[in-house]
Amino acid sequence: MPRNGYFLPIVAVLGYAFLYAPIISLIVYSFNESQLVTVWSGFSTKWYGKLLQDSQILQAAWLSLKIAFSSATLALCLGTLAALVLTRFGKFRIKSLLGGMVTAPLVMPEVITGLSLLLLFIAMESLFGWPKGRGITTIILAHTTFCMAFVAVVVQSRLVSMDESLEEAAQDLGATPLRVFTDVTLPVISPALVSGWLLAFTLSVDDLVISSFVSGPGSTTLPMVIFSKVRLGVSPEVNALATIIISIVALAVFAGGWRAFSVDKKRNAVGAQTE
Amino acid sequence: MQINHYAPLRATATLFGRLGLSGRSLVIAVPTLWLFVFFLIPFFVVAKISLSKATISQPPFLPLYEWTSDGSLKFNVFFSNYQFLFSDPLYVNAYLNSIKIALISTIIALLIGYPIAYYIARSSESRRNMLLMLIILPFWTSFLLRVYAWIGFLKSNGLVNNFLLQTGLISQPLVMLQTDFAVYTGIVYNYLPFMILPLYANLVKFDSTLLEAASDLGARPIVTFFTVTLPLSFPGIIAGSMLVLIPAIGEFVIPSLLGGPDTLMIGRVLLDEFFPNRDWPVASALAIAILVVFVIPIMILRKALGAQIEVH
Amino acid sequence: MAELVSGAQTWKDPNATPFIKIENVSKKFGDFFAVNDVSLNIYRGELFCLLGGSGSGKSTLLRMLAGFEKPTSGTIEIDGQDQAGSPPYRRPTNMMFQSYALFPHMTVEKNIGYGLRRDGVPASEINERVAQIMDLVKLGGFEKRKPNQLSGGQCQRVALARALIKRPKLLLLDEPLAALDKKLREETQFELKKIQETLGVTFIVVTHDQEEAMTMSTRMGVMTGGKIVQVGEPHEIYESPNSKFVAEFIGSVNMFNGRVIEDAADHVRLRSDDAGCDIQVAHGISCSPDEQLWLAVRPEKIHINRTRPAGDANITEGVVEEVAYMGNHSVYLIKLASGKQVRVLQSNLERHDSGATHGSERIFLTWGGASGVVVRP
Repeated sequence: MPRNGYFLPIVAVLGYAFLYAPIISLIVYSFNESQLVTVWSGFSTKWYGKLLQDSQILQAAWLSLKIAFSSATLALCLGTLAALVLTRFGKFRIKSLLGGMVTAPLVMPEVITGLSLLLLFIAMESLFGWPKGRGITTIILAHTTFCMAFVAVVVQSRLVSMDESLEEAAQDLGATPLRVFTDVTLPVISPALVSGWLLAFTLSVDDLVISSFVSGPGSTTLPMVIFSKVRLGVSPEVNALATIIISIVALAVFAGGWRAFSVDKKRNAVGAQTE
Repeated sequence: MQINHYAPLRATATLFGRLGLSGRSLVIAVPTLWLFVFFLIPFFVVAKISLSKATISQPPFLPLYEWTSDGSLKFNVFFSNYQFLFSDPLYVNAYLNSIKIALISTIIALLIGYPIAYYIARSSESRRNMLLMLIILPFWTSFLLRVYAWIGFLKSNGLVNNFLLQTGLISQPLVMLQTDFAVYTGIVYNYLPFMILPLYANLVKFDSTLLEAASDLGARPIVTFFTVTLPLSFPGIIAGSMLVLIPAIGEFVIPSLLGGPDTLMIGRVLLDEFFPNRDWPVASALAIAILVVFVIPIMILRKALGAQIEVH
Repeated sequence: MAELVSGAQTWKDPNATPFIKIENVSKKFGDFFAVNDVSLNIYRGELFCLLGGSGSGKSTLLRMLAGFEKPTSGTIEIDGQDQAGSPPYRRPTNMMFQSYALFPHMTVEKNIGYGLRRDGVPASEINERVAQIMDLVKLGGFEKRKPNQLSGGQCQRVALARALIKRPKLLLLDEPLAALDKKLREETQFELKKIQETLGVTFIVVTHDQEEAMTMSTRMGVMTGGKIVQVGEPHEIYESPNSKFVAEFIGSVNMFNGRVIEDAADHVRLRSDDAGCDIQVAHGISCSPDEQLWLAVRPEKIHINRTRPAGDANITEGVVEEVAYMGNHSVYLIKLASGKQVRVLQSNLERHDSGATHGSERIFLTWGGASGVVVRP
């Protein structure tokens, strides 16, 4: 029986309804026969068929996935290094500079990041001849740069909350600093590394603004295609695409949650045994 | 006792040491160099271009310097772009409008998000994880698609209007799309998880014995809330609000898809200067102006707030 | 392993060279001296306790021995080798951490064998030595468990095994028993001492628990404010504290303030308004006439009498305010005429003593001329 009466549960239910109503409508109307997305005229899966034949969308999707994979991996490496340096390396001369550069992308409007990177690439091209034109390379460079800030935040928070005496113990037992990192630090922060990578991947796959600035002919990402389609109005193909994406994400989130839940259960069971 | 597998590594390290390099400085150098090249230097490029003038050429602005026909060096530096930014009210208005819209959206998000976060924090532990997962799930789906979903809701023949018309609550469809209202809805909707999560993180650590103490001393639940819970959740409120307010000011997608021609937000203005107008120098000047007026103060504020929160 | 005869009191041997030499070591954090000019010699095979409250600098000193902090000044020598510039992974020391610091992603086996793997010891030898040490600390059967599946006491033994298996010259223990409950703590104190005597490894234990220090140590050092105020065997520190601080820090004590009125080669007499009587100290002290001194008398050294005993010093009168019955002994709180409260401890020698001292009784207190220690503030 809720302590404060029914106020909280009602607000919570309304809140969740608010959160999910648009998502559910996307899914429901992807099965709508009619082109007019919001006027129901019968059940049909034809839009999924059309989607799978739309080479523009499919190519863009594949491109976005490739870019996201590379950017996320690069961002993970760079972001982890930055986080490590900022939390474990004590004081050094350029610490505030690095700290500032790492956290700035978090508050920087994407239009500014996109604009500045495009102008950089143009200047670089005229000075060094690289990067040649705008395309996959420039998008990956741009995504890596802004994603590494998010990775750094996630990894940094895990490093800070981690028991530093674990690393000291390893040192005390004969491990050099590099070995301490590989033997102890990395395994202990690995959940943060996974979330960091997933976060970077999601940010890259979803990015519109920065990609719009730094992409070139032949490197149109999925968000760019979707954006140009929806500017012209509603499109049931996009609904179908949305449903597919939502389903994948929902499966992944529930699978991850389920796994964490069962690992916890096992741990508690064994722990109870030893008491 | 020491078996020296590390002899060759040690030799390399000594060599590096003599060159002034060490493992440690290399590790520091890698992310620093990357960010320096791809984050910091671009701003210098932008600043340089902001001092130029738009031309019809490739690239569409005058170079910083050029050799004239009589062999002398001519510099093309103009501050007119900055003057223009301040003389044409469009830009200042857009900026102020962005702040206004973002602020109102943040407050609405707070009013909606706080009860939800409170409810989750007060739930039993097993339900909590489920509820949190449901909040986080929309965040992992596409931002763009979630904004798109509202188009279907808010159109003249969209879901909301259809519902209201059919139930007879209105006789004429409401104009909801391409309005400020749609932008508020979009921002609140998309950024709600960012408001809820920090609030939840703060509320869940709440010591329920504090509430019991207040009750024991004679406070009714409402009073306890306003005198104990609310003040202690202040750090969470600030954190959540910052996570909504700051990105919302620079938003592009939401005003672009849901807003009307009068819904001026600074992100959209900048992009319009750059792409349709092809005025790179003005866009650059605008970018620098936003940096100075918005981004840098925010960074300073965050540092100051961060220090305060640590003291807590 | 060390070829030490257990019980050999190496620190008493005037020809012995110290195993650990700490010379004028200081550690500054900003303007604050965490450790202030500490010098200490520790001998091979000792179980040395650093006793102090929080902020006394004992943990910082320990960390400097381990190599996790660099001394701002001074030198540390272990077995004749100056440890300056030596990082923790190259020192002949091993540490048992207060939080145990067991690697959560490794099994008990892997945790314990970690140090040997770092040294490149062959796997077969590692397995043998791990099994041996797990036997010694009574952890047989727990090899494949992970730290989150162990109880607090079991974690502690893994941490100990992990630190001992490398046979370090010096084992450093940071509050090893702090996280255990009282009963377990008492058992473990004796176990630790036994293990130390069996292996002959030199132990340095940091603790804030004086009972622990008194029970386990061969010698102890009392630290406060970054300085070591007294070093000695437990009975020396307890019975002959060198200052008011040490006297009050260890156990409970009664302090009587007095003025020197007689100063002879074989005795000193103090006039004490505090005690309400003259105090006769049965040996000579270097002091000056009229000097203010303190006499520290432990509660168990004071006797309670119903009638006034004979004598002209070390006898005072008071009223019993409270009696605390502790089972094997009772603690009496007695208020003297001067208003001072005195604690007296008496063993309960009989089961139901109807003649036992009770509250509000007027009684006389007395103590021997050599029962107290004269200390200066």
